[in-house]
Amino acid sequence: MSSLTIVKTIAARPEIVFDALIEPEGLRKWIGPDDGPVLIAESDGRVGGKFRLRFKMLDGSEHEARGEYLEVERPSKLAMTWQWQNHDDRTVSRIEVTLRGVAQGTELTFTHSQLPSDEERDEHREGWNGALEKLGRTLGGRKG
Amino acid sequence: MVNYQSANLDRTFAALTDATRRAILARLEAEGPITVGDIARPLTIKLPAVLKHLGVLESAGLIARSKAGRTVTICIEPAPMKPALAWLRKYEHFWAPRLDRLARFAEAQERAARRKSK
Repeated sequence: MSSLTIVKTIAARPEIVFDALIEPEGLRKWIGPDDGPVLIAESDGRVGGKFRLRFKMLDGSEHEARGEYLEVERPSKLAMTWQWQNHDDRTVSRIEVTLRGVAQGTELTFTHSQLPSDEERDEHREGWNGALEKLGRTLGGRKG
Repeated sequence: MVNYQSANLDRTFAALTDATRRAILARLEAEGPITVGDIARPLTIKLPAVLKHLGVLESAGLIARSKAGRTVTICIEPAPMKPALAWLRKYEHFWAPRLDRLARFAEAQERAARRKSK
């Protein structure tokens, strides 16, 4: 399965970064495309809570993603599911964000992973998921 | 069709579980097409073992070989990895600018919080 990892250092304390990731007012500021508006930013930031994000692109197309928070540990860790509502690919994927306090502020590690389908889970042996994850990490790790 | 594809994926991923084979692919990706001799040189294993690894990679569709005279050249064949790479590219394109904006927003919040506490 593919897995994208982006690591960034942010000049803000982890609590501030964490709140920007999970609170509707924060999400509204960054989750939309560069020049398009965020139409809906709902977020119930607790384990089992849902989020719903809808934004409009410059070409007029609207995109909506929904998901559920799996882990909420302010200010160090956040995990949630991610699912597009109006795309061909409606598979559920997983996002994990870890925040670590560093001298400059926060080191953020963002990982978005494809999850195997039920069939794949049944068919596939352990081992090569790990191998692919390593490959994904290497590819994703080049930037950011 | 689905079964056929997942059988292919099985072979691809099984080929990638071996560290030597991953190292060979990494070199091919970095250096472009190289000869079998060049592949074998830095490895601690003997040539027949190298050829066996190349056979596994070839049957998984991850490499292709071409022959010029007596020299066999190996190159990477990324087709089986394309769906995975397309997924990565799509989400990198989606998240990278958003996380940049998240950083700018959080940094502005931090500056505001510091001004307030002064």
